[in-house]
Amino acid sequence: MNAPLLRVTDLKVRFGPVLAVNGVSLDVPAGPFGLGLVGESGSGKSTIGRAILRLVPSSGGSIVFGGASVGSLRGAALKAYRRDAQIVFQDPDNTLDPRMRIGATLSEALRTHGVVPHRDLQARAGELLAEAGLDPAFAERYPHQLSGGQRQRVAIARALSVQPRLLVLDEPTSALDVRTQAHILKLISRLRDERKLAYLLITHNFGVVSELCEQTAVLYLGKIAELGPTDVLLRAPAHPYTVALRSAVPEVDAAGRRSRIVLAGDPPQAASPPPGCVFHPRCPLAIDRCRAEVPALREVAPGHHAACHRAEEVLAGTALAPRSEPGPASP
Amino acid sequence: MIESPAIAPADAALPRGSAMWRAFRANPLLTVGGGVVLLIMVVAIFAPLLAPFPGDAGNATHPFSVLHGPSAAHWFGTDQVGRDILSRVIYGTRVSPVIAVIVLAIACVIGVPLGVAAGFLGGWLDEAIMRVTDVFLAFPPLLLALALASVLPASLTSLTIAIAAVWWPWYVRLIRGQAASVAGRPYVEACRALGVSRLRIIWRHILPNSLTPLLVQVSLDVGGVILTASALSFLGLGAQDPTPDWGLMVADGQSYFTPDWWLVTFPGLAILVTAFAFNLLGDGLRDLLDPRRSFLP
Amino acid sequence: MNLVLSELSVSFGSRRVVAIDSLVLGHGEILGLAGESGSGKSMTTLAVLGLAATVGATVGGSIKLDGQELTTLSAPELRAIRGRRIAAIFQSPATAFSPVYKVGTVFTRALRLHGADKPEASDLAASAMRQVLLPPDLLRRYPSQLSGGQLQRVAIALALALRAEILLADEPTSALDVTVQAEVLDLLRSLRESTGLSILFISHDLAVIAELCDRVAVMRNGLIVEQGPAGQVLSAPSDPYTIELLESVPKIGSSS
Repeated sequence: MNAPLLRVTDLKVRFGPVLAVNGVSLDVPAGPFGLGLVGESGSGKSTIGRAILRLVPSSGGSIVFGGASVGSLRGAALKAYRRDAQIVFQDPDNTLDPRMRIGATLSEALRTHGVVPHRDLQARAGELLAEAGLDPAFAERYPHQLSGGQRQRVAIARALSVQPRLLVLDEPTSALDVRTQAHILKLISRLRDERKLAYLLITHNFGVVSELCEQTAVLYLGKIAELGPTDVLLRAPAHPYTVALRSAVPEVDAAGRRSRIVLAGDPPQAASPPPGCVFHPRCPLAIDRCRAEVPALREVAPGHHAACHRAEEVLAGTALAPRSEPGPASP
Repeated sequence: MIESPAIAPADAALPRGSAMWRAFRANPLLTVGGGVVLLIMVVAIFAPLLAPFPGDAGNATHPFSVLHGPSAAHWFGTDQVGRDILSRVIYGTRVSPVIAVIVLAIACVIGVPLGVAAGFLGGWLDEAIMRVTDVFLAFPPLLLALALASVLPASLTSLTIAIAAVWWPWYVRLIRGQAASVAGRPYVEACRALGVSRLRIIWRHILPNSLTPLLVQVSLDVGGVILTASALSFLGLGAQDPTPDWGLMVADGQSYFTPDWWLVTFPGLAILVTAFAFNLLGDGLRDLLDPRRSFLP
Repeated sequence: MNLVLSELSVSFGSRRVVAIDSLVLGHGEILGLAGESGSGKSMTTLAVLGLAATVGATVGGSIKLDGQELTTLSAPELRAIRGRRIAAIFQSPATAFSPVYKVGTVFTRALRLHGADKPEASDLAASAMRQVLLPPDLLRRYPSQLSGGQLQRVAIALALALRAEILLADEPTSALDVTVQAEVLDLLRSLRESTGLSILFISHDLAVIAELCDRVAVMRNGLIVEQGPAGQVLSAPSDPYTIELLESVPKIGSSS
């Protein structure tokens, strides 16, 4: 069996008193492959992406890329890793230096790693822009002369300029208009096939992971609640949070025809996580065991893992009876 | 599907007319401010040729022309020892603005690197730099400058050093805030993710995006430094008579203000015009350097 | 009660950003205004509130609330209507509340501005909070101590306390988590059932509009390209732009 391109084992990331990522393990095989990280605010999904790229220090666990431990890389080895793993951020408005022309931004990336000789910098920048669906003439422009979608394309081009094997996409389309979103997603799909890219797609949108990711992990308060093939996870979830999340997502086609699982209370504070299962205070299925014992992420079906003591019941569809009236919210 | 850039409306709107008129229309602040600053420099260089009574900038005294009001012979009048004020104001362009520029240059040379280091690198370096800065900032500026100037021999050099020593901490604080803010932006994080060296990030991204408030502050401070220098000179701790320092001229002329208003007014106007011109220049440069507002391609 | 927009135009100088022939919000109806950025939907909201001038825009045409023309009202008359009969909530709930005041202070001040006296205001505030399923003592907190979802519900409570007949909601859930968004949408629906509140719901998210709205108007470049019952427009659109928008929404169940 081939070793995966990226193996994250029991990753922990701490910011002061807050444990933003609390024991996350996942594998990403070599491309083309997409792994979706789905969650709401406070789930730790963005932090995982940044930790993988060594943009934030990890406080525990290991990240192994191509067989080498990422955490122990220094100097030239660390710089070499930066060629292999890249990131695209969420905010198109600040993702490019406003005082640099587009061409200069791309050249900087190319020059940092000597991807092409100096005389070919301009030409390669033009090629990268064209690959991202932009006229090479954009190289002369400044970021404020581009639309949000165009800037995001430049950000993607910049990330791909160093020819990475792994791309982390942190909510790349959340700040964009509907049609622009669709174009960018199509671009990602095309690049994935052309470059045999492996990517970690961080989003809160189930439709996006459905289109672009073979596998998806659902995160809650720094832990993986459920991990499995995307279509299976969406069709037959094994964790109550996934069920609730899925039922809360509005859909054009299913409008009004779904009944919602209502979660009591507000999203939790990461600074003071509850004992036992982190989800139990809001879980409609919580039993005594959930308060006392942290559920391990275990395989409930081939390739399908869930961290829930009652996962089998959820999977069988017997546990959850959806209510359609909202319950009282706790203060 | 390739997207092409449409013609940006800004490019299509260059004003018509001669080159100078176009430059002015494109950036009036820069042309007026820059023009006056240039004029001041020219006057400073050609002072001996422009001043009607060059000796009056030095030790000359004319007991029979004391305190004459503005006239054909003396456009700005004469002072309490009969010296031609116009000549002294003209020679003053070699003193006050020069001191201001040197002081601010020193303050920037010290303040900017410290501020960038503190803001971008953070951690213990940030703490160390800011605590030292705080100590300097805790002193009332004029008092500190006084203290420094009094232990040094009274001269223009001591004056310059004393004021520069008081000025740099403000710039550290200003730049640190900006640098810290820029350091947190996605495009800087993208550079880190790309493995761009820290030095290059500072030089190419942090500095250019942090300097704008400094530019404006420096242009405003020209007037402030001139006035601080005048206060110190008045107390005898900097420029000495007969040096034609504008601030010293204003300070000395105060006691003659009623009814001999011209001793204070003309040097005072010179300070005003200089401060204002640098202020406009600063604003103009800020606009010029902003890709969003410039008309240059 | 109804709100009728006829031949409504909003312009910045010579540039027209909204040109609506006809749009009607009926009693107890939830009308969705869908479109991308730059479609003019937010400017329409500002125009209805009489706030277009504050951003430098001029309004032409007619906005009638129960037959009363709003575009010709004086500033004091508009202030009486704004908040009282037509309330608004926006995308960022934090901006509705000044961070230096407790939420309750802003709440009661708004009520007293519209004629309630002090004890009356506190009672109204408390009962409105209960209507949005929040404990009234949350009013004693500062905005920074409340979550986005809670703040948005407080903003809705304020609209209820003022007995607003119409609620203009400009992307009220775009900045909220999915589960919180679902709760706010549930709340809006139940309020419509219990109080007959009419809602003009502006959003770029067609799925949310499909879930919540009775009717929808799709806007593009200031014009309404299609309007009708939400179920119909969104399942069988006739305008090519609407079709393109619907096709752009990533769908669950599409293969990867």
